[in-house]
Amino acid sequence: MAIKTEPFLLNIGPQHPSTHGVFRMRATMDGEVIVDMEPVFGYLHRGIEKLAEERTYNGFVSLTDRLDYLSSMSNNFAYCMAVEKLAGIKVTERCEYIRVIMAELQRIASHLIAVGAFLNDCGAFMTPIVYMIREREKILDLFEMVSGQRLTYNYMRVGGLSQDIPEEFLPALDKFLEQMPRWIDEYDQLLRQNEVLLARSRGVGILPKETAINISASGPVLRASGVKWDIRKVDPYSVYDRFEFDIPTGACGDCYDRYRVRVEEMRQSLRILGQARKQLPGGEFQTPVVQPVHLPVGEVYGHIESTRGELGFYIVSDNSIAPYRCHIRAPSFLNLTALRDMVVGWKIADAILIFGSIDIVMGEIDR
Amino acid sequence: MKPEHYGIGIAKGLRVTIKHLFRHPVTVQYPEQKLHVSRRIRGNELVWDNVKCTGCATCSKACPIGAIQIATKIDKEKNKYDVDITVDTGYCIQCGLCVEACPYEAIYMGYSYEKAKYRRNEIIQSNDMLLPSETRIRSGYMSPGIAAQLPEQTLLLEKITEKEE
Repeated sequence: MAIKTEPFLLNIGPQHPSTHGVFRMRATMDGEVIVDMEPVFGYLHRGIEKLAEERTYNGFVSLTDRLDYLSSMSNNFAYCMAVEKLAGIKVTERCEYIRVIMAELQRIASHLIAVGAFLNDCGAFMTPIVYMIREREKILDLFEMVSGQRLTYNYMRVGGLSQDIPEEFLPALDKFLEQMPRWIDEYDQLLRQNEVLLARSRGVGILPKETAINISASGPVLRASGVKWDIRKVDPYSVYDRFEFDIPTGACGDCYDRYRVRVEEMRQSLRILGQARKQLPGGEFQTPVVQPVHLPVGEVYGHIESTRGELGFYIVSDNSIAPYRCHIRAPSFLNLTALRDMVVGWKIADAILIFGSIDIVMGEIDR
Repeated sequence: MKPEHYGIGIAKGLRVTIKHLFRHPVTVQYPEQKLHVSRRIRGNELVWDNVKCTGCATCSKACPIGAIQIATKIDKEKNKYDVDITVDTGYCIQCGLCVEACPYEAIYMGYSYEKAKYRRNEIIQSNDMLLPSETRIRSGYMSPGIAAQLPEQTLLLEKITEKEE
């Protein structure tokens, strides 16, 4: 006589250490295999898009820090760039270079956490992430030096930066650029060839190229699927067209590829940083802008390659001191839509791993 | 795809971990030992200069949260305007926009951290509480003159003393 079985509902999160924030998965399970998965989010909703409508253009920069809180500098960058595009403000060369340096440092800092957390989810409990947090700490020191905060930098302004970099910044950056490649190599050695990691992540959670494009994924998730798409190359903004760097891509789009793409991107970021450091010009760091900033009537979409993908700010202006509407295209949110496709058919332990490999930040998804 | 020789990857990983055993620790015993924060730190207690302040309320308008309230009234005895400032540090997000906006350099970020309060009424601070004192030090945020007087920031980059291989 066959045993009668029926699928059951398993609730993971929102308060669960491996859901990277307040994210909830309602998984329908057949034994240990997931047959259906429904993501539930909105627990961190603060209405930041609405808050933008009642703040001045510069006043909102401090709130963009709270979107993707692991890459605040990129958020500042994208927002300021969108506003400057509509206002027709030209920022100075020095400012552009400092912005690029900050954005690339931020990419390394964010990917360190992403890789560390992913390895943590794999079962390499706490060792890699503690090493990587130590490296991230060095970048945070640099950010603290220039902006005065360690998480919510609020460094960029419409028309430039809040302050110029202090004189002790460049020697510290040189030191960082000298040390960092060795650390990345060492951490790469830690787990790249580890048999347990390979067995767990190779071929797990494959996101085919077509699906990745259809769900409009971006960033390392898209590139791991083999699509060579990077806003820095295909639509160069700021001064990115002056640097030489490669776009690392994965072979088949499994968890291992997403992990490898992030590690390679850190190396490419170091390359960009080295070039930007050499080319950094002197001069003014800010264009004088009348405060509060008034934008002409119109709409604008400014996008950058943030650490997690294409981060865009869509701003509609009605010639007042605040945007009429501000929409944020959050890369984590769109990447998360791939989760169901990747997870179905895998076991619950793999689902945690696949989820970790997307590298989401809930602050950006719920906004 | 299977690895060629089992165990090599694990051995390489262990080598890194064992190397770390012989390195100096980079952490400090926090409450006893303290590192210097950045000279530009946007600390969590605003410092107010009552001599320079004219009560123009530019800081209040620049605040994205609305944590600063400024009121002016006429002091008839001294024949001048009196400024009443109230800062709700519970709402303050330490963005530093008020410091940037102030045209008279009358408001500064605090050079402090670990300023938790036991009671809710202590987080709303006004007038004399905001004046600079020994415990309420001005930070160098947006004022390079003050930054030069503060101790240099401790960097983890320089702290790590690794034995050469």
